[in-house]
Amino acid sequence: MTARIGVVTFPGSLDDRDTQRAIRLAGAEPVALWHKDKDLKQVDAVVLPGGFSYGDYLRAGAISRFSPVMESVIEQAKSGMPVLGICNGFQILTEAHLLPGAMLGNNHLHFICRDQKLRVENADTAWTADYTAGQEIHIPLKNMDGRYVADEHTLDELEAEGRVVFRYVDFNPNGSLRDIAGITNAAGNVVGLMPHPEHAVEPLIGSGRTDGLPFFTSILKKLVNA
Amino acid sequence: MARVVVDVMLKPEILDPQGQAVQRALPRLGFEGVSDVRQGKRFELEVDGPVDDAALARIHELAESFLANTVIEDFTVKVEEMVGEEK
Repeated sequence: MTARIGVVTFPGSLDDRDTQRAIRLAGAEPVALWHKDKDLKQVDAVVLPGGFSYGDYLRAGAISRFSPVMESVIEQAKSGMPVLGICNGFQILTEAHLLPGAMLGNNHLHFICRDQKLRVENADTAWTADYTAGQEIHIPLKNMDGRYVADEHTLDELEAEGRVVFRYVDFNPNGSLRDIAGITNAAGNVVGLMPHPEHAVEPLIGSGRTDGLPFFTSILKKLVNA
Repeated sequence: MARVVVDVMLKPEILDPQGQAVQRALPRLGFEGVSDVRQGKRFELEVDGPVDDAALARIHELAESFLANTVIEDFTVKVEEMVGEEK
């Protein structure tokens, strides 16, 4: 038996199919979920993929956060279902208040697309167990609104509780406070990050590295061993 | 009918690179003496029926939960004008 991992498609999602492919390559079964449909089809975990859902109108993720599927995702996430938000998915998770803080436009006002070096700060979450703490990885980054902000108190709390999961190394691409690239909730089941692990799962594509694959093998092991 | 205006601004402590870019362009346009610019959003809501306390409370709730993200933004709600109605 394998794990069933849902991938939500919103109007304007771009990376839903790549995410499904990454899940399949890791050995799990991807399940397509639709933004208008509250039914999560009994999946074991959900990924909110990258893209520009609802054209980023109002604020990135602000409208998607109120879509029917998100009602179920928010409810299930609060009772422990693993949820991963990548890029636009991370923005949706902060708008839904499943993760603290908010995402704003890059401080240099330009879209950025590059291979980004990251340090894994927390290898205990549902989505990062196949990494080791302190490991440095390269994953593509591509976004307009990647600047993570939160008040000082929240940032201190995230640091103290080990909830900064990824940090940008060598170069901060968007002005994120304390070089934060990804965070988790207190329970460790909800993780959001700006870079795109689903674009780094096959040696033939992109930088030729597979540094993103452990996201998907981590969750598979967790669900199958559960 | 009445128009209710919701103004949304980034909190003072949040960096506003768009506002800074506007500010930096001003001297080139011959505008001197503007030391800071911050850019926000304005929403104009045309409301059916009377804008009583209950209606304003609902709009306030809408602004707080949707139009603004209060993690990074402040907002104000004001009734701008009454149209076609004796008040």
